[in-house]
Amino acid sequence: MPEPMGFYTDTTVCIGCKACEVACKEWNQLPATGGGRHEMSGDSYDNTQRLDGIHWRHVKFVEQFSEDRNDGRWLMMSDVCKHCVRAPCLEVCPTGAIIRTEFDTVVIQSDACNGCRLCIAACPFGVIDINPASDTAQKCTLCYDRLQVGMEPACSQACPTDSIRFGTIRELKQQAETRVRQLHQLGERRARLYGADQKFLGGLNSFYLLVDEPETYGLPRSPRMPTRNLLPSALLSTAGAVVIALLGLVGLRKRLMDDRAEPREDADV
Amino acid sequence: MSDTFFTGSPHWAWWIILYFFIGGIAGGAFFLSALLHLFGRPVDRPLVRLGYYSAFVGVILSGFLLTIDLDRPLRFWHMLIESNTGRPMFKAWVPMSVGSWGLLLFGLFAFLAALTALSEDRPDVKWLQSAPVRALRGRGAAATIAVLGSLFGFFLAGYTGVLLAVTNRPIWADSTLLGLLFLVSAASTGAATLILLAAWRRAGHPASLDWLGWFDRRVLVLELLVLIAFLITLGSVARAFLNWWGVLLLVGVVGIGIVVPLLMERGHKVRAPRHLVRSAALVLLGGFLLRVVVLLSSNQIHVLGSGVTGR
Ligand code: SF4
Repeated sequence: MPEPMGFYTDTTVCIGCKACEVACKEWNQLPATGGGRHEMSGDSYDNTQRLDGIHWRHVKFVEQFSEDRNDGRWLMMSDVCKHCVRAPCLEVCPTGAIIRTEFDTVVIQSDACNGCRLCIAACPFGVIDINPASDTAQKCTLCYDRLQVGMEPACSQACPTDSIRFGTIRELKQQAETRVRQLHQLGERRARLYGADQKFLGGLNSFYLLVDEPETYGLPRSPRMPTRNLLPSALLSTAGAVVIALLGLVGLRKRLMDDRAEPREDADV
Repeated sequence: MSDTFFTGSPHWAWWIILYFFIGGIAGGAFFLSALLHLFGRPVDRPLVRLGYYSAFVGVILSGFLLTIDLDRPLRFWHMLIESNTGRPMFKAWVPMSVGSWGLLLFGLFAFLAALTALSEDRPDVKWLQSAPVRALRGRGAAATIAVLGSLFGFFLAGYTGVLLAVTNRPIWADSTLLGLLFLVSAASTGAATLILLAAWRRAGHPASLDWLGWFDRRVLVLELLVLIAFLITLGSVARAFLNWWGVLLLVGVVGIGIVVPLLMERGHKVRAPRHLVRSAALVLLGGFLLRVVVLLSSNQIHVLGSGVTGR
């Protein structure tokens, strides 16, 4: 059994070139947006806009500018499936199409998926969507096909600044911690890791180095499993069912009593 | 900001809204009919039969709606059988998985109940009077069908709300009361459907209708309370309703669907069927709008990252 593999993405060195997006699209033969008629976002230099069934990598541009645009900063982050150690998508998939591989990554088997779209609603990061070419839910596979033959995923291989690093989780964590220390020494006190520990979802096998709050990058602060709501919801509903059943019975009993007290003409007893 | 705001919409829209509405009615109507069947009087029989028919039609429509909503409808069976192993597919912690089986089993009981009703209604049709069908009408068998069908009916009425809560989507996963809310609404819309069908088929005895009206008024009050509790439990996420969805919730669901029907029936001591029918129509509309608001208001929320923001 191979060691758990994944990505460590250092957002501080991402230059927003989108080479990873292109490499991913090419390797995975993902169709173009709108059949090639690309829409512009209109309010950003980022025109990919989101991860979905045909964008398994998305370089987010967080463009922060003052009102008069004299002051500003760009944050770039190559977003992808987090390959959660406890993956909400896998947890809820009702067909068993989503599996965990021998590399501890999360893969959707297209031939089993029936397009119910529950995983889309379950993923805390908005990663999955339907690929119109297959009409099934799709997302990054962490290049499962390449991993199986000992190759590196297409995106990390294409990344010119090594912002996306691929390797065993153990090595990647060491690299990331060294980098955080380095940034702290250089004065960037905001540098922190997101998803490298087990604080949520058992940890992310695709984790990040950020220099601001997660929300700034469009990431949830403490994502949770969907099943957290199962027991309370089910119990409350069951209690409601009991109350409604009793209400119906009380009504029938009241009718009986009323009829006894004052038999109605149409009563049949 | 709630962590649910960073997720993507599953695009569940009109087919699913219709399913939630019709499935709820089917479950509610079955349970009410079963109650009248088990604890009512002979005069209630026509309404009982109507309820069993509507539950069966409802469950057929439900299966159809769920299937066409899939992006690969021909693979609907993957919900029940694991496609690559051929083994039964069941995840007890996933409402959609349990729901697929629940719908199937409810469908079985709704079919059996409708069959017995038909056999009562059509003594002239020979196969309906055959020994197996008559056996189903026997006391024990009929009661078993009514009780088990009711349990699955309740399940069908409520699991849809639980399904929405067991995701990470805004509004849905921000409260644990959606299952209860849908369940109560299924009871009120189930009763309303029976009242309307009875009026249309001229089938319901006034005594049965009186009971349905009595029941519906109380369930509507319960529904209002649960709806308020739902909004409170949403906390700051309730701000997602500060828009047209909120208006629709207030005017359509609460006003037209709950308050007006309650007011209409106040002051009518002997409740004329006419009033019952009118308020039942409004209750149905309100129940439908509830599902429209809950599904579509969440669908439009998706935070892409803070994008262009002032520092
Ligand atoms: S990030 Fe989303 S799609 Fe990826 S494993 Fe986690 S839940 Fe599944």
